[in-house]
Amino acid sequence: MDTQTLITGLAGVLFAAAPIVFAVLGETFSERAGVINLSMNGSILLSAMGGFAVAYSTENIFLGFLAGVLIGAFVALIVAFASITLKQSQVAVGFVLTLVCRDLSYFLGNPFMGLPGPRLPSLPIPLLSKIPVIGPLLFNADLMTYFSYLLIFLAWAWIYRTRPGLMLQGIGERPAAAFVRGANVNLMRYVYTVLGGGFIGLAGATYSLSVKAGWNGTISGLDGIGWIALSITIFGGWNPLRAAFGAYLFALLQWLGLVLQPSLPGIPSQVLQVAPFPLMILTLLFVNIGNAEWVERTLAAMPESTRRVLARLLRALRASPPAALGVPFESE
Amino acid sequence: MGVGNLPMNVELKHIHKHFGKVHANNDIVLNVPSGTIQGILGENGAGKSTLMKVLSGFIQADSGEILLDGHPVTIHSPADAIQHGIGMLHQDPLDFPPMRALDNFLLGHSGGLFPDRKAVARDFKRLAAQFDFSLDPDSYVDSLTVGERQQLEILRLLWLGARVLILDEPTTGISAIQKAKLFETLRKLTAQGMTVIFVSHKLEDVEVLCHTVAVLRAGKLVGEVKAPFQTKKLVELMFGKEISLGARQAAGPGRSVLELRGVAIEDIRLRMSDINLSVRGGEVIGLAGMEGSGQGPFIRACAGLMRTVGGRVLVNDRDLTGKSYHAFKRNGVSFLPASRLEEGLVPGLTLTEHFVLSEETKGLFIDREGGRKLAEDRISSFNIRGTPLSTVESLSGGNQQRALLALLQDPLSLILLEHPTRGLDIESTIYIWNKLKERCKQGAAIIFISSDLEEILQYSDRVLVFFSGKVSSPLDASKTTVEQLGNLIGGKGWESLKTEKAHG
Ligand SMILES: Nc1ncnc2c1ncn2[C@@H]1O[C@H](COP(=O)(O)OP(=O)(O)O)[C@@H](O)[C@H]1O
Ligand SMILES: [Mg+2]
Repeated sequence: MDTQTLITGLAGVLFAAAPIVFAVLGETFSERAGVINLSMNGSILLSAMGGFAVAYSTENIFLGFLAGVLIGAFVALIVAFASITLKQSQVAVGFVLTLVCRDLSYFLGNPFMGLPGPRLPSLPIPLLSKIPVIGPLLFNADLMTYFSYLLIFLAWAWIYRTRPGLMLQGIGERPAAAFVRGANVNLMRYVYTVLGGGFIGLAGATYSLSVKAGWNGTISGLDGIGWIALSITIFGGWNPLRAAFGAYLFALLQWLGLVLQPSLPGIPSQVLQVAPFPLMILTLLFVNIGNAEWVERTLAAMPESTRRVLARLLRALRASPPAALGVPFESE
Repeated sequence: MGVGNLPMNVELKHIHKHFGKVHANNDIVLNVPSGTIQGILGENGAGKSTLMKVLSGFIQADSGEILLDGHPVTIHSPADAIQHGIGMLHQDPLDFPPMRALDNFLLGHSGGLFPDRKAVARDFKRLAAQFDFSLDPDSYVDSLTVGERQQLEILRLLWLGARVLILDEPTTGISAIQKAKLFETLRKLTAQGMTVIFVSHKLEDVEVLCHTVAVLRAGKLVGEVKAPFQTKKLVELMFGKEISLGARQAAGPGRSVLELRGVAIEDIRLRMSDINLSVRGGEVIGLAGMEGSGQGPFIRACAGLMRTVGGRVLVNDRDLTGKSYHAFKRNGVSFLPASRLEEGLVPGLTLTEHFVLSEETKGLFIDREGGRKLAEDRISSFNIRGTPLSTVESLSGGNQQRALLALLQDPLSLILLEHPTRGLDIESTIYIWNKLKERCKQGAAIIFISSDLEEILQYSDRVLVFFSGKVSSPLDASKTTVEQLGNLIGGKGWESLKTEKAHG
């Protein structure tokens, strides 16, 4: 493989990862606030279909994106209402929604099957795209890819650098303590769940209007992406940077599966297609290894200086979910 | 910002609060002048926390008035309360364990979108230095002791401008040294004109600290007393009757129940080695030390829950080194952990189900009728306030502890307890110890951990002191004073002791 192909390939990875990044960041916000939006898989499909349908009918691609965002936000609103206000199980509600949304998207999407529709144009950035290597890699993509880069940074800065972001961490961790510190816990949970849902909807629209442009029903290859995004959220330890890393890793593994297929004729193509999934699980295991007791024991036996360094590293790698994830809050 | 704000008088007028049928606060009238430490005393369930939550905006009273410096105010939320200068340290520190101390400190402080962490860290360190707290702003809260987490909360509330500081049972779960430090801080604050409201069910604490003590019983304010206090009077007010503390009785030497020969124990933080101890039936051994000094691993090693890395462990003269918890259990060892609902009892199951589960299994199906009879029996003989069908989490702490004791099998040779009376009122404490002493008379030995030094000296025959991986030789409890013990757990005065060789 020559350098040119490699760069084009990697740029493709960044491009293909954009919707996963949106979905993962959306879920990260929602879960940081304490709400699991399990409807993600169906929500992505429905917003992909809806986004495409609106863009096709209105011939306006931005209305298509808007529709995707609104659909995702609306589904998230149902999750929020059921879990925060009605105090129902988030898992049950999300699971039912994910099935309903999927079937709904196949059913309502029938008239739009395989139609040639609008597609987000690529938008090379003047000057920057001319820089060797970096230019074609980073600055020769479309608007949504650029927005995904920006969003990773914004989400990270919001959670870790701003006052409301700090409160968001608190709300997911210990709502009672956040309440004592002045937070309107349930309102904030609504806000972040709906906002996160908007990003999940954006992910759907980005598929149908850019990454896998068009609507092809059950053969769109979108079913399952939401579940992957859910696991990447966990892998990402609810940290936008790590979550984005997970999204890119997954897209990279998928690309490698495609690229390596011709050179590894002995391996059935299905194996390479499925390989990213177990690999993600392995990475998850590795990342959370610091939680295991035997690791602590092994560490204890090491010389003090090595132990310190390793313990720090494991602590930094280790991610525990927001302690109040999935738990309704009542201020007595 | 911080200390040095204007003083403030707090008045509560005719506060009522109901929880369903429970009248948790019944017409409470209280006046707390600035610059004083006001004690709120009462047994568990008396309504102390409720009253304080009303004052701090955590909950709203059904009726009644709050006046600050003579002006009536309405406090809708904790955020409102802190605006008015009222800050509360909750019974269970309301902080964020996986986050750093500095973030905990900063969280909830209002200001621009991007907080200036450097400036905040400076404020943090200045305030900490002022009270002589050694808190690292970068440490994670889950690595701090309960006492340090309290210090962090106190600093935070002062930083937010609290002029009235409410502390709900702050001496539960902290070491004697941290308690002394806390009291010193509170005295310092009142000397500067702050108002401190100190809630406790511990007589010793309110006696040494408070200027005035208001006693609550069953939701009512039953009396207010000024220092100097008479213990007898306070106890009478608290319980409406006199209660005598059980006298200590020396246990006669029995057969050897537990023997440790050159035992070494290791967990991630510390290593203790060459521990030798011989415990006889009827004996009570107290384990003293600050939290995390090694007494936890030690007691788990005695229970077979933690494998020893060297030496021999003998129970009833049988070598059980390296054997499982079940082997220890079969040999008459029982362990009652501190976290009653996490390790000891199963939330969601009823008392009957617990008693059925604790019996030796006979067949696959549960004998419901027999179980209920057994439960009724134990409930009455252990004086548990609950029914056979009460779930364990609906019981109060004291009754959960009684249930745990009632679950112990017969006969037992060694009972290991972690903080057996933490968070319990005096009545329950005395009750629990009477039951335990009965077990001793039947020949069982007891080893217990407590952070309450008085409890250790009162009930133990011998005491082991733990300090960062060092274990003292057994001290005779009748010849040891609280001060000596306090020094030892803080690492002072070890030179004069013959210690078991160990390295940390
Ligand atoms: N949120 C609540 N819901 C129902 N009952 C409560 C609640 N909080 C307290 N109570 C009841 O009110 C009474 C007083 O409780 P509390 O104020 O916590 O007592 P204390 O702090 O003196 O131990 C108890 O009977 C308790 O069970
Ligand atoms: Mg209380």
